[in-house]
Amino acid sequence: MSHASTQKLVALAILGLVLLVWQFLPPALAVPKYIIPTPLDMAIELGRMYRRENLIANTASTALFTLLGFAIGSGLGAIIGYLLGFSPFWERVLSPYILALQIAPKVAFAPLFIMWFGYNATPKLLVTVLIVFFPVLVNVLAAMKTVDRDMVNLARAYSMTRWQIFVKVEFPSTLPNLMAGLRIASTLAVIGVTVGELVGGNTGLGFLISYGGGQANAAMVFNAIVLLTLIGIVLYSVLAWAEERLLHYIPKKDH
Amino acid sequence: MALEFRGVSKSFRVPSGPELLAVRDISFHVRKGEFVAVVGPSGCGKSTILSMTAGLYQPSSGEVLVSGKMVTKPNPQVGFMLQKDLLLPWRTIVKNVEFGLESRGVPKAQRRERAMAELERCHLAGFENHYPYQLSGGMRQRAALARTLAIDPDIILLDEPFSALDAQTKLLIQNSFAETIHEAGITTLLITHDLSEAVIMSDRVLVLSERPGTVMREMAINLPDRAHPLKRRQMPEVHQHAAEIFTLLRLDQRAA
Repeated sequence: MSHASTQKLVALAILGLVLLVWQFLPPALAVPKYIIPTPLDMAIELGRMYRRENLIANTASTALFTLLGFAIGSGLGAIIGYLLGFSPFWERVLSPYILALQIAPKVAFAPLFIMWFGYNATPKLLVTVLIVFFPVLVNVLAAMKTVDRDMVNLARAYSMTRWQIFVKVEFPSTLPNLMAGLRIASTLAVIGVTVGELVGGNTGLGFLISYGGGQANAAMVFNAIVLLTLIGIVLYSVLAWAEERLLHYIPKKDH
Repeated sequence: MALEFRGVSKSFRVPSGPELLAVRDISFHVRKGEFVAVVGPSGCGKSTILSMTAGLYQPSSGEVLVSGKMVTKPNPQVGFMLQKDLLLPWRTIVKNVEFGLESRGVPKAQRRERAMAELERCHLAGFENHYPYQLSGGMRQRAALARTLAIDPDIILLDEPFSALDAQTKLLIQNSFAETIHEAGITTLLITHDLSEAVIMSDRVLVLSERPGTVMREMAINLPDRAHPLKRRQMPEVHQHAAEIFTLLRLDQRAA
């Protein structure tokens, strides 16, 4: 058997084992299902959520805002990262503020956004945009600062315009860092939307978590967490796939 | 005259301390089709000469002329090549060779035709669709030469293009560069640390002093077979010339 298929088999065996233990251990120790629901409880609850709690609509809403917040936040982060990369002056002037904002816990802004914009979709979108923005900006900016000067000089010696140098040399040089930033941002986007929905909202998986929590329905909370994770995994996988395609020219390390 | 330096000095502002004089009152010329090597101790301003010829910056005083015209900005008549091949890793070899043509409005089909011809000339036919990482160091330098020649420059500047190659590859690539450059009849300025490389590849060697660099000596290399450094290497005169430069640079005293 090949090495790779052995790995897969072991991974699957671990999953099976965990599910089995999870199914039988808590009841054996008389842990009530409002503390730890078994996988079977969760499956039954999932069916009920589908019939009674608008599961599809709530999941779709969360997925949509994750995607939207990710797109807007990373788009802005990339644009501002490149602009600052063009101007060392503004980069130095603004870098302490960027650092401060980057360190500030973005999720703590959620209640503030609700006070400002009310109980609608705007606050959760804003939290997501804010949380996604910085890793992309910082990655792009760092990459712009480390573009090979000799390559830029070569383009200059070929009489290229500033814009041509950006399109033909700088942007492709920064692509690996941009993609790394986007991958980090994709996992943060799910956190942003969830927090927004938890704090104030009446739609989405984050809302179902706080609603389920209020009813001591742990199975509902567990299910929502699993679905949120799935949304994150899908987004991450799409990006990892795109990265693989875009950066095909970077030789892979031998394992 | 393909290249002329007239009393060129260049000083740099350093963040702390006084201005740094890199080269002082340098004058020399390179005739059309000539191959001139520049040697000198490290930090003598060899790369400053190259950057001023490429027009990346201007002299503090004096004039630099390429084909009789004063250099005031990056000009398309000059091609340059460094120790690093500077191939864009995300482009195929042929797209890399086309790179220099893209800023001068050459139509796409013509660019491709030109690039393929240069690859043929640099013995890289069949590798046009490879990516740089798939090529050896020597082949990558040949691709960089193809890119440099593709813009049809009046003069090419080579800044230590062989110094990152292993000893055997170096000999072969020196030979293939010399052949290609000779066939193309192109004016070349080679900057190098390697004294015997300077002698076997060039018509003339300029020996620079320590910083601030100035031309200490111009040495004509009157040997046949400029297009075949491998043949020249066998000639006893080569070692005499190299030994003479060695003495001029007082390398023996530095070693002590």
